[in-house]
Amino acid sequence: MQAVRRIAGRALPLARADVDTDQIIPSYWLKRLERTGYAAGLFEAWRRDPAFVLNDDRYRGASILLAGANFGSGSSREHAVWALMEAGFRAVIAPRVADIFRNNALRNGLVPVELDSATVTRLVDAVRADPSTEIAVDVERRTVEAGIVRASFTLDDFSRTRLLEGLDDIALTSKHDRDIAAYEAKRAEWLPVVTGSQRRL
Amino acid sequence: MRRAAGEPDLLYVDLHLVHEVTSPQAFEGLRLAKRRVRRPDLTLATMDHNVPTNDEPPEPISAKQIEAMASNAREFGIRCFPMGSPDQGIVHVISPQLGLTQPGMTIVCGDSHTSTHGALGALAWGIGTSEIEHVLATQTIAQTKPGTMAVTVDGALPADCAAKDVILAIISRIGTAGGTGKVIEYRGSTIRALGMEGRLTISNMSIEAGARAGLVGPDDITFAWLEGRPYAPKGPLWERALDDWRSLATDPDARFDREVGIDASQLRPYVTWGTNPAQSVTIEDRVPEPDALPAEARESARRALAYQDLRPGTLVRDISVDAVFIGSCSNARLDDLRAAAEVLQGRRVKPGMRALAVPGSMRVKADAERLGLDRVFIDAGFEWRDAGCSMCLGMNPDILRPGERCASTSNRNFEGRQGPGGRTHLVSPAVAAATAVAGHFALPSDLR
Ligand code: SF4
Repeated sequence: MQAVRRIAGRALPLARADVDTDQIIPSYWLKRLERTGYAAGLFEAWRRDPAFVLNDDRYRGASILLAGANFGSGSSREHAVWALMEAGFRAVIAPRVADIFRNNALRNGLVPVELDSATVTRLVDAVRADPSTEIAVDVERRTVEAGIVRASFTLDDFSRTRLLEGLDDIALTSKHDRDIAAYEAKRAEWLPVVTGSQRRL
Repeated sequence: MRRAAGEPDLLYVDLHLVHEVTSPQAFEGLRLAKRRVRRPDLTLATMDHNVPTNDEPPEPISAKQIEAMASNAREFGIRCFPMGSPDQGIVHVISPQLGLTQPGMTIVCGDSHTSTHGALGALAWGIGTSEIEHVLATQTIAQTKPGTMAVTVDGALPADCAAKDVILAIISRIGTAGGTGKVIEYRGSTIRALGMEGRLTISNMSIEAGARAGLVGPDDITFAWLEGRPYAPKGPLWERALDDWRSLATDPDARFDREVGIDASQLRPYVTWGTNPAQSVTIEDRVPEPDALPAEARESARRALAYQDLRPGTLVRDISVDAVFIGSCSNARLDDLRAAAEVLQGRRVKPGMRALAVPGSMRVKADAERLGLDRVFIDAGFEWRDAGCSMCLGMNPDILRPGERCASTSNRNFEGRQGPGGRTHLVSPAVAAATAVAGHFALPSDLR
């Protein structure tokens, strides 16, 4: 994962609540074997409507998505994060981001920013009034700034460090290999194994 | 397994379930980094999301993913139940059925409905592809401690209501984000009285309330259901396991971050009208008027009604339906098929109705056939299929046509979920069956 320190750029005011990952990327896009090639599927159904905000040239090149409450709910598909990032998004600002989406975003360096809905609404209003409004998300200071709007967001220390340093999770965990092995040695005997015993079903 | 200040806990994963759609990139990641699967013996793979459920071969792109699952399983030494195996099925149906899902275990899967396994008192939740790779490589997963929520359901459930109606009522009450960041424990006399299959339906849809996981404390119903299943402990190990499982019950005076109570005796069968699972009413009601809803719900209600092509004030029973899908990890176990077959016995689906019955696993299918349920479905005009996710998410050819309206026993009514432009209404198996016969939303007691 690439390190992320600060994201500054224009924003796309999606501003819908309960946007599920089926909308972000429909299921038939999930047949790919790669982590890439999803940008054209982003919000595919909604994009057929010429009035949909993603088709609005004034917001072209936006790197921050301003979303509504419960963004990324539903399916666990990480493809939703891949599609957003391929389309240039680096942060999602919403009153609430769904749990699995949040985890997936953090694993890929897409910064999930939760702000109270009044602040998100102010950002949406500012961007709608002037699409060139620049928003800055600072991971190190855990702040969002846009003109007169200033807010801070919650991000646990561990996730923050991982984002700032672009750490590889598996390498991090592998440092605890001895602990894992020790734990394995004392797991309860009755716990099932799938292959080992090759028992007949 | 490991706890350190300023870090999320590192949890050991007792069982990792894998399917063809969310795993290829994770295996590819392992290959690129020259990593192995740490515990293939705690990993089980199957193919469910995009397998065809009729005799047709998979279409070429799905076939590639199915082949990738088989070859990844071979390469990394993972047991896989492929298409055509008598143990194949929807991942959340097969693991409990085989007795792999047991109380107190931690279970993850690259699928949000992993919460299903909580019905047996396991802590089970959905993860993304990067996390799958992490679990494959380390058999652990980092998790911040979730919040807790108790949903207590008390009272006798009316005879025409099912577990599906209980969970739809809960979601309608707490909303699609009501459980965000939390694990829900389902408690109360109604839950205790439900069989294991009904509890699986309830846990399954925890994610539809935004919860990280959902669970039911294990009890004698759990233990009786598990005993003798292929992977359940045997002999002296069974006794020791049982002792341990009995100690898992939540303290009676435990405190939760949030508590919600539901009176089951007041429930009616639910039908969703909108495009998220919280947008529902009972079958006795009318499609709501957006202006009568709380301010923050109005805009999405208006959008949902436009998408669903419904007019506020319409009686739910007056909405006609083009297709019925009985299937998915919510409602495709034996009890579900039995409930639907009871309604269909001696009846026929409305002419022109497309009706699909897709068992959750090949074992469920075989059990149902032993009971002769296949004949009931087929004689009623249903297609009787092989196991898979099928029309729950429309990754295989079983999709709705644009504008088609479907009564579905699945768990998601998102826009386009069952096919682009398709309109989904979530219901219980009995209501789905009655609706197939009537041609509009109906209860079994409405027929004839
Ligand atoms: S049946 Fe539907 S909800 Fe369940 S795992 Fe399959 S696609 Fe997901």
